[in-house]
Amino acid sequence: MLDLSQYASLGEALRDALQRWADHVCLIEADRDRENCRLTYRQFQERALPLVRALQEHGFAPDERAAIIMTNQSKWLISAYAIFYAGGVLVPLDYKLSAQEHWALLRHARASVLITEFPFWRALRQEGRLGELPLRLVLVTEAPPDADLGEALRWEEFRGEGEPTFVPRRREDIACIVYSSGTGGRPKGCLLTHENYLEQCRSLTAIYPFSPEVRYLSILPTNHAIDFMVGFIGPFVCGATVVHLRTLRPEYIREAFVRYKITHMSLVPLILKNLERGLRERFAALPAHKRVALRALMRLNRWLTRRRPNVRLSRRLFPDVHRAFGGHLEMLIVGGAFSEPATLQFFYDLGIPVANGYGLTEACTAVTVNDLRPFRADTVGKPLPGVEVKILNPDADGVGEVAVRGKNVMAGYLDDPELTAETIVDGWLLTGDLGWIDEAGHLHLVGRKKNMIVTEGGKNIYPEDVETFFEGLAVKEFCIFAANYIWPERRLGDEQLILVLHPFPGEEITEAVRHDVLARNRRLPDYKRVHGYLVWDRDFPRTASLKIKRTILAEEIRARRSRADVHWL
Amino acid sequence: MRRTVEQTIEELLQLAASHFRVPREQLAPDDDFFEKLRIDSLQALELLTRLEHHFGIELPDYELQGVTSFRALAERIHARL
Repeated sequence: MLDLSQYASLGEALRDALQRWADHVCLIEADRDRENCRLTYRQFQERALPLVRALQEHGFAPDERAAIIMTNQSKWLISAYAIFYAGGVLVPLDYKLSAQEHWALLRHARASVLITEFPFWRALRQEGRLGELPLRLVLVTEAPPDADLGEALRWEEFRGEGEPTFVPRRREDIACIVYSSGTGGRPKGCLLTHENYLEQCRSLTAIYPFSPEVRYLSILPTNHAIDFMVGFIGPFVCGATVVHLRTLRPEYIREAFVRYKITHMSLVPLILKNLERGLRERFAALPAHKRVALRALMRLNRWLTRRRPNVRLSRRLFPDVHRAFGGHLEMLIVGGAFSEPATLQFFYDLGIPVANGYGLTEACTAVTVNDLRPFRADTVGKPLPGVEVKILNPDADGVGEVAVRGKNVMAGYLDDPELTAETIVDGWLLTGDLGWIDEAGHLHLVGRKKNMIVTEGGKNIYPEDVETFFEGLAVKEFCIFAANYIWPERRLGDEQLILVLHPFPGEEITEAVRHDVLARNRRLPDYKRVHGYLVWDRDFPRTASLKIKRTILAEEIRARRSRADVHWL
Repeated sequence: MRRTVEQTIEELLQLAASHFRVPREQLAPDDDFFEKLRIDSLQALELLTRLEHHFGIELPDYELQGVTSFRALAERIHARL
């Protein structure tokens, strides 16, 4: 791989990677059983440079912000590289957000360029208010020939001629603005520098080295911190091959494993559990004697690989299982949310190591990872090289808030010095997560200090962001809490949001209000829904500017109500 | 003869009921299919594949975006027929 200590920016490192592995395949884009494109590193460069040139001809300046809203596909990475080449700041937005949310984040980020796919552009135009965005250039991919694009240009035709200018950046310059949350309330745009990414990539590849033999299947959205690092920057600076699949349907994912001889894939716990469920169903259908033999083999494999994984050996023990994953799988990488230890152990016992870790966008990607030597399902691993972790104000059990320091910690939140000062104190990033460190130096997470939940799909949900969807309820006042914030429990997983309803004086929660809550809930994406409501009969404590004092309210509720008082929906 | 939207909705409800083994009469066009079928987003994608085979069309994953009711999904399918 490239020696990243020698580089000042992502653009510089990627540019060298494209030259060094010029004839090696860097990118395959597949859709179902079709292959849309296959590019070598040289061809990738040949596609990107005319785009850079055209951007520069349109006046794209260093530090100018360009947003990408695209599904995982080759044009995502080509566009991102073009932005870095021209010295721009990339704003990767989650394509799964609504048009209204895209609009809000584009405005907050003050992106002047947008690169997107046709359906997202159509939705954004339908949303209206485009005139309030500072966009001056919109590039749209894969638009139908007769489509009305408004002011936008077609990505495929946006090509300049001649050599573009490579714009050097310093390590401390901002490379990306990545939103960790805040689509409905206070947007949290993490300012991540070139140094953040280069150092994070160095420490991750020190634990899990990639090489040109790696074939990485990219199914997590590339805007997500994990896929951006493990499915773009990491593979590219190691000369590996990235495979994009434009559908997340399990049957096509299974086929892709076989067809492209996939060696690595990142996923979120939701997908990992789905894979586990499929395997367990297959095992349950086996004759009794085969089930007994399988369990014995899993125990044997666990013992044989108790110090470190031995995938070659495990493949011989479980040929059918490994064949179903294409026969070349070396490792799954799971992150974004809490993974059940039993699930991780299940895969490890089948000889499929799952690299579990802990990270947050504010720390670029990862803070700790399991190095698999030996495998441990009960922790989120040890801090990465160059990353310090400490526990603040530990209680008698050693549990306290996890704080992180290192070159992976963001520069701050965009346009929010107050929140930045609260989050980064004396150089330490306060994560809001609660944990403890064991004798082996492994971090154990046990809960959250923050009023938020993380879904199995890896989405951070802040109650304040969901509250906007309940405005106008026929109650005196309401607010939303993470249940664990009011009644802390030392566990993660299955996290819930509850709606606290304070009815008008002398009234109760009527059937009409209950129906309204249910109806509004149904209109929300499943991961943003509230799980229950609690009736509260006192005025909410508020600041002089009438903001709810959430910490005090949570304490009051804790003193007078329990989880048993929640009406679960 | 081209299907009407109502026919598309009915076929969708029948397919969803048989795929997830739910009595057809328990499903109504305006129901939230995540809630009614007790499925997650990955299982919803499985349903999409089944619908593609039935209607003989291709439905990109993004067609599920922002859609929660059978009716809204049927309308998206209908637009592609």
